[in-house]
Amino acid sequence: MNISLDGVSFAYPSGVMALLEVSLEIASGEAVAIIGENGAGKTTLARHLNGLLKPATGGVAIGEWDTRRVSVAKLAARVGYVFQNPDDQLFERTVAAEVGFGPRNLGIPLADAAHAVHNALRRVGLAEQADQHPYDLHISQRKLVALAAALAMNTPIVVLDEPTTGQDAGGVELVGQIVDELKAERRTVIAITHDIDFCAEHFERVVVMAEGRILADGPAARTLSQVEALAQAEVEPPQMIRLARALGMDHAPLTVEEFVDDFAARSAARSESGPKVHGLSGSTPNDSSVSRADSTSGPE
Amino acid sequence: MISVRDLTYAYPLTPTAALWNVTFDVPAGQFCALVGANQSGKSTLCYALSGFIPHFYHGTLSGEVSVAGLDVPATPLAQLAGTVGLVFQNPFNQITGARMTVRGEAAFGLENMGVPRSEMLVRADETLALVGLSGLADRSPMQLSGGQQQRLALASMIVMRPQVLILDEPTSQLDPIGTKEVFAALARLVASGGATVILVEHKLEWVAEFADRVIALAGGQLVADGPPREVLNAPEVVASGVGQTRYARAAALARARGLVQPDAALPVTLNQASEFFAPRSLDEYIP
Repeated sequence: MNISLDGVSFAYPSGVMALLEVSLEIASGEAVAIIGENGAGKTTLARHLNGLLKPATGGVAIGEWDTRRVSVAKLAARVGYVFQNPDDQLFERTVAAEVGFGPRNLGIPLADAAHAVHNALRRVGLAEQADQHPYDLHISQRKLVALAAALAMNTPIVVLDEPTTGQDAGGVELVGQIVDELKAERRTVIAITHDIDFCAEHFERVVVMAEGRILADGPAARTLSQVEALAQAEVEPPQMIRLARALGMDHAPLTVEEFVDDFAARSAARSESGPKVHGLSGSTPNDSSVSRADSTSGPE
Repeated sequence: MISVRDLTYAYPLTPTAALWNVTFDVPAGQFCALVGANQSGKSTLCYALSGFIPHFYHGTLSGEVSVAGLDVPATPLAQLAGTVGLVFQNPFNQITGARMTVRGEAAFGLENMGVPRSEMLVRADETLALVGLSGLADRSPMQLSGGQQQRLALASMIVMRPQVLILDEPTSQLDPIGTKEVFAALARLVASGGATVILVEHKLEWVAEFADRVIALAGGQLVADGPPREVLNAPEVVASGVGQTRYARAAALARARGLVQPDAALPVTLNQASEFFAPRSLDEYIP
């Protein structure tokens, strides 16, 4: 199911223009990360996808549905949405009831709904907490309850607003694994995130936003190497790309493994062709990529 | 500035302690980061240092906590408020809702301390500039994005100039450069003698870059305490769910594949990683 935003502009009642003629096509099954500065319009854009916000001008289509003509309740069958702040989302008395709210409202038969709830809770590692009150859980767990609530709806499109916020290393890994599973199921995943390393490791396409506009959009390795566009959006490249640049390497590795493979290939090429040429071309202190990386690396 | 002795604490109605025999000292003017998996006791320790434990949460506390010469469990919260500032994990809980503008919200604490209006306005505006909210001073706090609200929560504490500033994941919703700016601002505040900082963070790269010292908690106990590079690569810390920087993981993988010297210490910052991976025989290439 394709998503299409066509020249979408949106202003809040206060007059703040949050989106300015944003156009974006997302094909079925794509994994897209939206990154950019605080107040760039990322959440505003995401809330257009499930119809919580309607465009002032332009249009948003989810499949053949125009979000202005379809109720939020109906759109919920196509777009699962996980709020940035779980406390904006959770209201039931037990974790299981919370996660079952969506399936129940979609009119899914009771037995299937119970199955969906159980599955979703198992995926986020909270099956044991099914009968607890959501507010007796740690906030990082409440965030996973909110994620489970979206998973249980089994929607073709899942939108995650800052899914790794407040998670520890294990939690980030779990969220990454769920994103990878959704990708494997050919569901569309759209995540807003400030965790650029997470973004590099799990999303094939990256959209960079600033001041209500899209500054860059493309494959992760390319977009995450565009230092100027990223800087304009208050973002830095992920750790592995910054390291590769500091070492004068040509590639833009997205993962630790890719970086080490590139490094191994370079080392091998060096020892084969002799040290004179490669040894210096890659690591001269005057190399422009080195000084660029240095200027963003913080004080000593 | 901070002294914690054999601190053991259990929340009311819970069978197990959230903190077990925690002991450490922080001298004035140190930037100390607190790391650990979720529910390892980091937030609980923040509450114990700022007096919310035991005054607000009650529960069972033993041991000693003293901050700036004040015996925390024996000092009323109102008196502690001028000395210790706590920035909550969830900024949505910190905005009072009692002020109509960002500037008013930033000045709220100063109002309660009876600071003259002219001084309040100057300090509020200075602090808003420090956290990157100058352009939004007249907006309603409720019309800010998540990250902007978090900057405001931070400003509302910094503006009070407490001797000890305790921050519980203050950058969780900030954009990457904003995060780095907050770390740099805190480091500057510490360097200028303005405060002693205790910071809970999961963003290990910036902890490594800016903190003087790292304390690691696991299961309510202190498991490591020392310089960032050592603590963040300590096997027991990594295994406790804190994770590792990508720099350290790449270095460990390269080492396992025999691509680098086997005895080189793992890096935690970009500069350390650049050194780690730089051709070690560069000298040989130069005649």
